[in-house]
Amino acid sequence: MNKKQKKMLARIIAAAVLLAAVSFAPTTGVLRFVLYMVPYLIVGYDILIKAAKGIRNRQIFDENFLMAIATVGAIALALYDRSGDYTEAIAVMLFYQVGELFQSYAVGKSRRNISDLMDIRPDYANIEREGKLEQVDPDEVEIGSLIVVQPGEKVPIDGIVTEGSSSLNTSALTGESLPRDVSAGDEIISGCINMTGLLKIQTTKEFGESTVSKILDLVENASSRKSKSEDFIAKFARVYTPAVCIAALALAILPPLVQMIFMGLPPRWDTWVYRALTFLVISCPCALVISIPLSFFAGIGGASKAGVLVKGSNYLETLSKTKTVVFDKTGTLTQGVFEVSGIHHNTVENEKILEYAALAESASSHPISRSLQRAYGKEIDRSRVQDIKEISGNGVIAKVDGVEVAAGNTKLMERLHIPYIDCHHVGTIVHMAIQGEYVGHILISDIVKPHAKEAIQALKASGVHKTIMLTGDAKKVADQVAAAVGVDEAHSELLPSDKVEWVERFMEQKQDQDKLAFVGDGINDAPVLRRADIGIAMGAMGSDAAIEAADVVLMDDDPLKIAKAIRISRKCLGIVYQNIVFAIGIKLICLILGAFGIANMWLAIFADVGVMIIAVLNAIRALFVQKL
Amino acid sequence: MKKTYKIDVDCANCANKMEDAAKKTAGVKDATVNFMTLKMSVEFEEGQDPKAVMEQVRKNCKKVEDDCEIFL
Repeated sequence: MNKKQKKMLARIIAAAVLLAAVSFAPTTGVLRFVLYMVPYLIVGYDILIKAAKGIRNRQIFDENFLMAIATVGAIALALYDRSGDYTEAIAVMLFYQVGELFQSYAVGKSRRNISDLMDIRPDYANIEREGKLEQVDPDEVEIGSLIVVQPGEKVPIDGIVTEGSSSLNTSALTGESLPRDVSAGDEIISGCINMTGLLKIQTTKEFGESTVSKILDLVENASSRKSKSEDFIAKFARVYTPAVCIAALALAILPPLVQMIFMGLPPRWDTWVYRALTFLVISCPCALVISIPLSFFAGIGGASKAGVLVKGSNYLETLSKTKTVVFDKTGTLTQGVFEVSGIHHNTVENEKILEYAALAESASSHPISRSLQRAYGKEIDRSRVQDIKEISGNGVIAKVDGVEVAAGNTKLMERLHIPYIDCHHVGTIVHMAIQGEYVGHILISDIVKPHAKEAIQALKASGVHKTIMLTGDAKKVADQVAAAVGVDEAHSELLPSDKVEWVERFMEQKQDQDKLAFVGDGINDAPVLRRADIGIAMGAMGSDAAIEAADVVLMDDDPLKIAKAIRISRKCLGIVYQNIVFAIGIKLICLILGAFGIANMWLAIFADVGVMIIAVLNAIRALFVQKL
Repeated sequence: MKKTYKIDVDCANCANKMEDAAKKTAGVKDATVNFMTLKMSVEFEEGQDPKAVMEQVRKNCKKVEDDCEIFL
């Protein structure tokens, strides 16, 4: 609790104790009035002052002003009736303040909770100077500097590891609890926590451009884009308070006049004025107004805990209505890295073929040769390779350990007049011949992500009607991936502009209230990400342009998170609707009961504060997303 | 031009009122107040001096909600 809240708590307790004390004291007349005014003023003086200021600024629908009228009116009625019952007015003020205190405490608490969640901001970077480590502001570290990250510290700036190896905890970034291993030569992103070994890192970006700064910027500026529900509540609050106040005025004047003039009965002004004052107690829209943004805030916080960054509450709302999901293929459903996925028809053992292939291709930096080297997995000794002849568009011929090795496509085999066996798999095929004799072929292909199939099933299970894959890749490859992951439709050999057209076509086909999401990672996905109702970008591997154009960013590249993000948004929106219906419903019931004199001021204030407490607690539920 | 300011305000409805007051201030094209992050982002009309406009925004906000603050 902060100072303001502690002071409020002290005032509430003091007023409650005094109220109890004076109610036992058998006093009457002026003395009784004066004694009761002490707790009233203790707990409500600030409301009265604010009300006075409100009048000066012509803010008649200010809740302080309304609260002041309701309580002062109740006291005036007690004086008029000579009943001496001031307790009610004081209790109303007391409970109102309890409600305000609870609200401010709960909001402060969830603000802290969520900022703790996103506690990835590094405070310093270690720079080695003359053999000593010096802590400097990450902002001052220039590109290309060497920084040192000790075990237990956060990586402050993006870079490349030059020395050391360690495990990284990336859970704050990705929500993934499995540690990631890095060693010299690996890229490293800021915001991870170094767990085991000392790392020396050469920075490749400035702090402001580093992953951690971008994420913090994104999270801090999230939810300034308001959702429709928030706008609705803001508009409702603007109408609700004046409407209730006018109703209160009508309730105070019309029924007595009708009774007096048309029915010839006594007007019973005090009864109707009392009912009107009850109305004023219920006129504050606080419960509604606080619970809706709090729900969204908690939902966005919960999502970022799970490694899903949502850029605003409006996107959370759109996400919950997503019924069509369009995927890009490479890097989204597949790894986007080419790997050796098979060696077929080989007459020598796998290791041998890979070794020869990696060595023969060792001079090339082509992605294919890099994936061969990765699959070989051992240090390449270039002195073993001689007479490398690269035949453009065909492959290479080289002498490895004095033996002639040919590695390339069918054209190379035909050129060398070597009979080969074609592959029925999809991907890039490297045929291998040693000493002019065919020894088999290596299949290199993009691998489907381990969770891709599950992800599509999970989307179906969470109510997505249609999944579509769009890709620039060849039809054969696209159809194979589509069948492997189980999407409903696949369209291949598309240019970036074709993707936009397809997305537009799907957006026309679906129903208006249903939304379409596009998931992508590549540079050329930015236009589609923007065009779709909601764009989802794959974070760590995705390009900066895609992340900027997207509305939702998945911090790890797991497509399974899409379904999770949708479930989180559904839960959050569910809570928002519950709160809207619950809070408006209870208030309406209280207004009706109050008009007929069934609900008194006590019930009104209990309903008001109670609804707020329940709505706030319900809103905080949106933060818990683990089990979704 | 768009700028973001830190604010201090106690209740969500007051934040909505501040947003309204800021929007109605001359020289302000659009404004949003985020009660949860306690931030006000203001888009200024072209050729306006943000400093002078924000002084007026603060004055107007104080009128609707006495207990608020905008840190300029």
